Amino acid sequence: MFWITTKRITKSGVQNFFRNGFVSFSSVVVMTITLFIIISVILLGGFLNYSLEQVKNKVDVNVYFITNVEESDVLSVKKSLEALPEVSSVEYVSSDQALVNFKAKHQGDNLTLQALDELGENPLGATLNIKAKDPSQYAGIAKYLDNMSSGVLSSGGTSIIDKVNYSQNKVVIDRLTEIVNSSNMIGVWFAIIFIFISIIVTFNTIRLAIFMSRDEISVMRLVGASNSYVKGPFVISGVLCGVISAVVILIFFAILTFVINHYYGSYFVGFNLFGYYINHFLQIFGTIVGSGIVFGSFASYLAVHKYLRH
Amino acid sequence: MILFDRVTKLYPDGTKALEEASLTIEPKEFVSIVGHSGAGKTTLIKMLLAEEKPTSGRVFYESLDINKLRKDEIHHFRRKIGTVFQDFKLLANKTVYENIAFAMEMAGRLEDEIDADVPHVLNLVDLTNRAYNFPHELSGGEKQRVAIARAIVNQPDIIVADEPTGNLDPINTNDIIQILKKINDLGTTIILTTHNKGVIDSLGKRVVTMEKGKIVRDDKMGRYTL
Repeated sequence: MFWITTKRITKSGVQNFFRNGFVSFSSVVVMTITLFIIISVILLGGFLNYSLEQVKNKVDVNVYFITNVEESDVLSVKKSLEALPEVSSVEYVSSDQALVNFKAKHQGDNLTLQALDELGENPLGATLNIKAKDPSQYAGIAKYLDNMSSGVLSSGGTSIIDKVNYSQNKVVIDRLTEIVNSSNMIGVWFAIIFIFISIIVTFNTIRLAIFMSRDEISVMRLVGASNSYVKGPFVISGVLCGVISAVVILIFFAILTFVINHYYGSYFVGFNLFGYYINHFLQIFGTIVGSGIVFGSFASYLAVHKYLRH
Repeated sequence: MILFDRVTKLYPDGTKALEEASLTIEPKEFVSIVGHSGAGKTTLIKMLLAEEKPTSGRVFYESLDINKLRKDEIHHFRRKIGTVFQDFKLLANKTVYENIAFAMEMAGRLEDEIDADVPHVLNLVDLTNRAYNFPHELSGGEKQRVAIARAIVNQPDIIVADEPTGNLDPINTNDIIQILKKINDLGTTIILTTHNKGVIDSLGKRVVTMEKGKIVRDDKMGRYTL
């Protein structure tokens, strides 16, 4: 009997959804808008994270060694830095490579290149470029380097570390850390507020749709329908509304992200919007279909429940 | 079979819809309840259907005290009574066939029983060729016949018809009353509320007259005397 009842409730729900025509269409439209906002938040979040990673990658701390340092000493410092949990990567640039990089950077600057030639010898020492996992962690790395500086000594008794350029970049690093944290916080609040508003609108639209069926609900009760027989079809209609909206919006975004990527990709500074959508499609699909089903069924259930209580 | 035992209904604003109404209805009877608007006819019916609770007094259906039914028992109880209303109360999104089948689904009947019984009652009320129309495609008389078909399909012991001809013309009114008489002849108790003089006089059955919430007359072979 349970399966017969379930089959009847499902059939009734699907029938009511299509026979209610315009009312069902309105619910689908509003639900689609809610899901549109959720996907937009997901994609914008992806773009924001990508942008912030790009910004973070621009920041690093450089350790400049004295010109006649032993390579083994530099590599030893590199190894100890790599062991730190805050350090993402350490790149070793030998003094020869530093000279090549310098000449390439100042290619058009004849005066500088001439001055370099007149020096005769390579004035540049080895460098370590340190990238941290988060901009806020550079302070800790700089402190570690300060403490180390007095401990790693050359044969003459002086520190092999000539300079650490953290303090010069500190202002920029601190500002970037603030920007990263604020952007994340604003992004989260923005998402919460918009999703909340759109959920409220969806719930109210579904409530209105069910309000229009209040006579039907009272007739069903008079004929002897149990609560599950009254609520069931409305919940099924709500689920169907959610699923249809989800399918519509997923297809829409597949097309939209492709078009945006194709014609306006340069605005996204290397972020492949369509690629991100496709690569994360399973998660997005799950989130959107799940949200549609939850909102649709929950809103319908609550609305019918209100009429049954009276 | 049905007993109203000194039933009183007072609304919060002080309106007395029923006052010490007592009435007994035996099986297979055809009882008409008449009275002006506001006499209490519909309130009496609502008590029987557990749509309202009496302020005092009790309503029995056989040995069941309707007032004491739990919320989850009420829909089971309502399946024993077939109801017909002035405003038809059909489900607008279901066809004629589905409206009648719905009553059987509520009673837990299986698909093959529904497939057998629904065409049978459609034939009884002469609506076989309208089975797949929606209520908005039917005339008033046809809608009321669907309501009657729905009311009888589960073969209830009692049919309650609250002003069933109120929205119908004289010809349709006559048709509906003839159908109800036929159903009564087959052994179903009928409780009919009306203020249609012609209907009452043509029936020649028991007439209970109500006025201002009280039962003022009860004639075995009554005529319309308001």
